[in-house]
Amino acid sequence: MGDVAEPLIVAEHIDKVYEMPGGSLKQVLHGIDLSVREGEVLAVLGPSGSGKSTLLRIIAGLVAPTRGRVVRRGAMAERGESGVAMVFQSFALFPWLTVQENVELGLRAQGLGPEERQERALRAIDMIGLDGFEGAYPKELSGGMRQRVGFARALVVDPDVLLMDEPFSALDVLTAENLRRDLLELWLERRIPTKAIVIVTHSIEEAVYLADRAVVLSRDPAEVLADVPITLPHWRDREDRRFAGLVDQIYSLLTRRAPEPATGQARRRPDPVPPVRSGLLNGLVELLEDAPREDIYRLGEELQFEIDDLLPVVEGLELLGLARVQEGDIELTEIGRRYAAASLLERKEIFRTQALERCLQLAQIARVLGQKANGRMNREFFVDALEQNFGEEEAERQVDTLIDWGRYAELFAYDQESRQLYLEREEAARAPAGAEERED
Amino acid sequence: MSWFPAPGLTRRVRLGWVDLVVFAAVLLLLLAVVRLGGRLTAPLHALGTISLSPSALPLYAGESLLRIFIAFFASLVFAVGYGYAAAKSPWAGRVLVPLLDILQSVPVLGFLAATVAFFAGLFPGSSLGLEIASVFAIFTAQAWNMTFAFYHTLVALPRDLEEACHVYRLSRWSRLWYLELPSSAISLVLNSMMSFGGSWFFLAASETVTFSGRTVLLPGIGSFMALAERRGDTQAMIWAVAVMIVLIVVVDQLFWRPIIAWSQRFKMEQTPSADEPQSFVLTLLRRSWLLESVQRAALRPAWERFSRYVSRPRAPAGAAGRPNAFWRILLSALALGLLALALREGAQLLAGIGLKDVLHVAYLGILTMLRVATAVLLGAVWTVPVGVAIGTSARVGRWAQPLAQIAASFPANMLFPIVVAWLLALHTGLDLGAIPLMMLGTQWYILFNVIAGAMAIPQDLKEAARIFDLRGILRWTRLTLPAIFPSLVTGGITAAGGAWNASIVAELVSWHQRTLAAQGLGAYITLATAHGQGADVLLGIAVMSVLVIAMNRLVWRPLYRLAQTRYHLE
Repeated sequence: MGDVAEPLIVAEHIDKVYEMPGGSLKQVLHGIDLSVREGEVLAVLGPSGSGKSTLLRIIAGLVAPTRGRVVRRGAMAERGESGVAMVFQSFALFPWLTVQENVELGLRAQGLGPEERQERALRAIDMIGLDGFEGAYPKELSGGMRQRVGFARALVVDPDVLLMDEPFSALDVLTAENLRRDLLELWLERRIPTKAIVIVTHSIEEAVYLADRAVVLSRDPAEVLADVPITLPHWRDREDRRFAGLVDQIYSLLTRRAPEPATGQARRRPDPVPPVRSGLLNGLVELLEDAPREDIYRLGEELQFEIDDLLPVVEGLELLGLARVQEGDIELTEIGRRYAAASLLERKEIFRTQALERCLQLAQIARVLGQKANGRMNREFFVDALEQNFGEEEAERQVDTLIDWGRYAELFAYDQESRQLYLEREEAARAPAGAEERED
Repeated sequence: MSWFPAPGLTRRVRLGWVDLVVFAAVLLLLLAVVRLGGRLTAPLHALGTISLSPSALPLYAGESLLRIFIAFFASLVFAVGYGYAAAKSPWAGRVLVPLLDILQSVPVLGFLAATVAFFAGLFPGSSLGLEIASVFAIFTAQAWNMTFAFYHTLVALPRDLEEACHVYRLSRWSRLWYLELPSSAISLVLNSMMSFGGSWFFLAASETVTFSGRTVLLPGIGSFMALAERRGDTQAMIWAVAVMIVLIVVVDQLFWRPIIAWSQRFKMEQTPSADEPQSFVLTLLRRSWLLESVQRAALRPAWERFSRYVSRPRAPAGAAGRPNAFWRILLSALALGLLALALREGAQLLAGIGLKDVLHVAYLGILTMLRVATAVLLGAVWTVPVGVAIGTSARVGRWAQPLAQIAASFPANMLFPIVVAWLLALHTGLDLGAIPLMMLGTQWYILFNVIAGAMAIPQDLKEAARIFDLRGILRWTRLTLPAIFPSLVTGGITAAGGAWNASIVAELVSWHQRTLAAQGLGAYITLATAHGQGADVLLGIAVMSVLVIAMNRLVWRPLYRLAQTRYHLE
């Protein structure tokens, strides 16, 4: 490692455990080793909720790791300065400060006088292409211009390492592309003294376009899945075969999951239910009906879905046994094809059968309701039950999803006002018997 | 920085007639402060000689105004300090937040006489004690909800901005001025304005106080009115009411409007909105060459130097993050000591009180509670239809809402004796008569909240209702009432709090030589104060506080939660 370049930041064995409001613990990061080397753009990739933003905040010193440590090297660290600056997904501009005042913020904290502040701020504003806007307030600017202010504010303090938390994901496609190019230009032409850039993103394409190296994280808790070097020369062409190959390679890394049991049937998994409504599941089935085998990455591009939005749907179909995923491709199973061709009512029937068989949580809810004389149960009961495994926030989200699935499958109904799940009369006739049979 | 425009951005402004006005206004203000300030420390015996001549009114009004402003700035400083401590130090927050919750439930007027006696004792022979007591009473009416407003924004600061402050290593001082105060500005200004409006009532009450059989007066518009009522001088009363209204309007136009218009820059939203509040006074000030120059030549450099001094780079945080153990122990010991002292004093004071007294007072409390509930309900009954009618018509709403606001600010206790005169003529006792007296001051809160709620009913819902031909009862139950429910609850909470305070002055009223009293906790406290029975006062206030807290927890909080969840319009 040492022969490439001196690492500027080394994160060693980082663990992060959050205490959830319910008192349970949730581990977000597990044993993460990461080094940021001089002269590189490092992308941290992962699905949403994987804790990549937390990792960035630990590197920035905003969040303390539960275990492990972050060591900073370089001239600034030796002077006791943090040497990092950050660009935020939400821009994090102060709405009551003008562009120039926003940019001057970091300089002010360094105790510089007004003349020097102004001079340096104006230079940064100039460089990032905001000339003429220094007196404007953020609300007068478009999203792209706002993020330019975010960049100017970060660059004006001449950081050793520039940290970026999904800096382009709140922008529309064209604006994002424009800004990405401008940043890359500044970096490649060495017009900024920054020694390294770390960018957190969920867009694989963005990572392959910008970075020299991509660290791919898994989820629950996040571990380093792979460290992929990206050696294509700049400027990179998205149509290039090697570009697409790299994107595909990372995609399959992200969609790969633990090997399934050999039989594949009656799989009772305590996995979390992916947060996706039944409507979206149906939508993807419709799409797949015409295309027997589809590349997930292409699919995402076609639908203009980010991987974060698409993966839960894919996982949902997988969980229900309606589709299977192989090497970054997705296709409908036998049942899935039957489901796609079925009428509305038949679909519900198939969905019900599959859900009771393959979704442990849903089967349990149906059983609990069936065993109650009045067929009613408080929502909290199920949240509490899930909370031990997932923590409160996640448990709430899962119960939301389960209620949606259960309603669609007509397994039970839900009363928002009393916050109770209950069996309607015809469901009462159906669920308990069906569910209890399965109860060995 | 944001509070003044940056030097590079200033417009070229020329000296003009605006500057003359500004200069004159500043001179007048200084003159008034000096003159009134001189009178504040006048010896006590000079008081009580209130002149009922209309020409004396402006000066009295000025004195009242000065009191209310002193109290307001004290409240502001308190709100920022207390809110900051409660939000930033977890261990202080554990004590300070519940304490604040209790403090705001205590009916302030019950304490008035006691504090007057206390402060008068501190400065015997001078009116300074009374002045402090009056300012203190107004302060207690203003400070709590301003503090809560500041505290609530501090604990819910936008996370990304907080992180940006951290990454760019802003000092605590810079954070306060760049993040914390600006974030809370809008809410702080709105709450300040409401507190300020509500505190006229306390001003009027605190200018004439009876304790231990003695009535003391402070020169001011409230005591002018009180004296006019006692003498039955109708003309003077009309003058007082007119000047009071002028005062409220002038303060609104010259002080609050500019501040509200100015505070718009602290909106969190990222898009410019079409109709921002405007203020001609603010525009005037912004065009003033004089202010501009003073700012550029003196204020800005001084501020710059001061900020840099306060936030000069120091050792990185860490040690500063934790409260010093020494201070912690010292403060805890101090707090415990004070608590013990208060308990001992309280126990001594209450030693002579038996269970029978407590039960009697509790009974009186329930009577008053029924009055409060009736006042709020009756208030809602007429204000809901009227408020909705006003609020749904944009044309009417534009002029009626400020009127409702003035009515809410007007100190209703100044009008009590007039109503009592009618009650006497109708041969109605105060047992029922206290209810309209309470309503006089509090129904306006419901009214202007309902107006605001009705104005905010989304256009698409109204259109949908029209398309599906919702009318009459159906329209009310399906659209209007659910839509205004959150505002109605907010108005109700404010009105109930006001009614409790009003009970202190509404259940015992004099007109000419006659005094009317109702059976209730308010009258009990007032009488006990007048006779100097400290133990009874304390018992009465304690019972009232308990009732207020119980009502808040059992009635208002569930309603509020319902409003927040089910009837929340997005």
